[in-house]
Amino acid sequence: MDKQSDTGSDYAHIVRAEGISLSYGKIRALQGINLAIGRNEIVGLIGDNGAGKSTLIKVLTGVVRPTSGKLYIRDKPVDWTHYSVREAHRLRFETVYQEKSLGEKQPLWRNIFVGRQITNRFGFIKVAEERRIANDILKRQLGFRGVGIDADSTISKLSGGERQGIAIGRAMHFDSDLIILDEPTVALAISEVRKVLDFVRSIKNSGRACIYIEHNLAHVHALADRLIVLDRGRIVADIKSGEMTLEELTKFLIDLQKSGHAAGIG
Amino acid sequence: MSTHLSSPPSPAGRRTASWPQITQVEGLPIILVFLVLVGLFIVTAPEVFLHWPIYLSFLTTVPPMLVLAIGLTLVVAAGEIDLSFPSTLAFSGFLFSVCESSLGNPWLGLIAALAGGALIGLVNGLLVACIGVPSIIITIGTQFFWAGAASILSGGQSDALQELDGSAIYDVFAGNLFGFLPMQSLWAVGLAVFMWFILNRHRFGEHILFIGDNRQVARVAGINVMRETVKLFVLMGVLGGFAAVLLTVENLNYFSTQGQGYLLPALAGVFIGGTSVFGGTATIVGTFFGTFIIGMLEAGIVATGIAGFWVQAIEGIVFVAAVTLHLLMESPGKLRQLRALAGLGGRP
Ligand SMILES: Nc1ncnc2c1ncn2[C@@H]1O[C@H](COP(=O)(O)OP(=O)(O)O)[C@@H](O)[C@H]1O
Ligand SMILES: [Mg+2]
Repeated sequence: MDKQSDTGSDYAHIVRAEGISLSYGKIRALQGINLAIGRNEIVGLIGDNGAGKSTLIKVLTGVVRPTSGKLYIRDKPVDWTHYSVREAHRLRFETVYQEKSLGEKQPLWRNIFVGRQITNRFGFIKVAEERRIANDILKRQLGFRGVGIDADSTISKLSGGERQGIAIGRAMHFDSDLIILDEPTVALAISEVRKVLDFVRSIKNSGRACIYIEHNLAHVHALADRLIVLDRGRIVADIKSGEMTLEELTKFLIDLQKSGHAAGIG
Repeated sequence: MSTHLSSPPSPAGRRTASWPQITQVEGLPIILVFLVLVGLFIVTAPEVFLHWPIYLSFLTTVPPMLVLAIGLTLVVAAGEIDLSFPSTLAFSGFLFSVCESSLGNPWLGLIAALAGGALIGLVNGLLVACIGVPSIIITIGTQFFWAGAASILSGGQSDALQELDGSAIYDVFAGNLFGFLPMQSLWAVGLAVFMWFILNRHRFGEHILFIGDNRQVARVAGINVMRETVKLFVLMGVLGGFAAVLLTVENLNYFSTQGQGYLLPALAGVFIGGTSVFGGTATIVGTFFGTFIIGMLEAGIVATGIAGFWVQAIEGIVFVAAVTLHLLMESPGKLRQLRALAGLGGRP
């Protein structure tokens, strides 16, 4: 693969954030976030609803611009004015967003390639090629066989699990250095959850990095090299694998929630 | 992802087998409506509809409206609307006529008309995409503004352009190929084919469909929603400018109110054709036949001997029937959406 200088392999951290803050009007969604993700690290991001997890990954992947702060990708500073989802894709970041990330009325093949279509030099899409690869992703990576789903199926006809599968299949196809999963297992059947966890493990085994947002503590605790706890826009704990048992972690989070309520009342 | 997904092939596995694809031929319902209408006209007015001249006359009158409707199809696909195109017919038409009558250069006039349309589209696009004014509101305002500007600049006068008759530009845009085929129809058909490819096969068209489908999804997919929206409105403006040239050259006359009367028919052509007002899906084939239906009805109804004041009522019936047909034939989801909008308790 042709590695350009800014996607080269000579780096310590795939992504590093310094003092990232972001406000939505009065809501301070992120306040002075510092974090660094190693090149082959699985980092679990946990915290209550509204803690700022999704917002943080949207900053990292160019969906929203922070109010202040710096971002380094492969140790090189990022110029916010030129940072975008497209640029993040180019820098080999792949994201499965929590909210809808598929066009409901569009066929599956368009959803896999939208934003980075295979085109000729005039920008016309090579539909046959996109369809073929989409069918390949369905069969080989996702095991969608004999269920009447193919590259031409419209997303609105798929189940929640199938949709999440497509989003993950897309991330797997665009083989990246950092894969971000934002609560991918919500609303999935147990067997589907197992496939997602296998996927996270395969990220680790193939030498890449992952930020994994997950509500199920047992799952992240088992998988992650490091857990980062977010609370009301701040990082309140950075726990290495083995430093806390699942029970200790659960207790820590419950205490955090209690103190939050106390602060809220007081 | 689940166990049932990897189960062996079942009868359900043929969900996308061959026969549903016949009903998925783009624009099929409206093509049928079109053929039925032509059939009705042939039965009721055979002396007119069994002869060529009526069809050739459609091929000269419909193209400006078709050019506008094709542009609108893309705008509606993106979940937007443009109500300012009648003023583009006036404003760009003025630029064309002034270049012709003052400078004697109709080709410069063509460029000026396209550029004027682009300017109108750019203003619309920037206001919609960057400031976030809903397009249905802002284009009402810009419609008034540019129509007013055309009136002021032209002094409300018409401008006879008889000298263009037989000139090169007339031959190119309003002449007859092989002595009978109106050139404007070739331009319009060529444009329809080209825009079909833009919408269905080009990156830009896909971006439009995703923006119309779900703006947030388009953003996280890496689409520059703002830039594509501006491009879309500029394209609509340029097509409006082109329609203005076709219209002005065909009429050999410019008048400052020449856009009036195009607003509703062009929109009707798009919606009769089956493009969804909710965005995310659109059909150029449908727009093509929808616009010809609109363009055909008036002449056809008059030819059948029904009094002229029936025209609008019949157009209304055809419109409502066609739009309802689309809802029933296509996704039941659309029907549900409409029911929910109407507060009839459909699931949203
Ligand atoms: N687009 C937005 N506009 C306004 N407020 C937002 C927006 N997105 C998120 N927020 C707010 O920012 C905070 C953090 O949200 P989020 O990052 O989604 O949390 P989490 O993913 O941890 O549940 C919440 O208070 C949420 O209401
Ligand atoms: Mg979230």
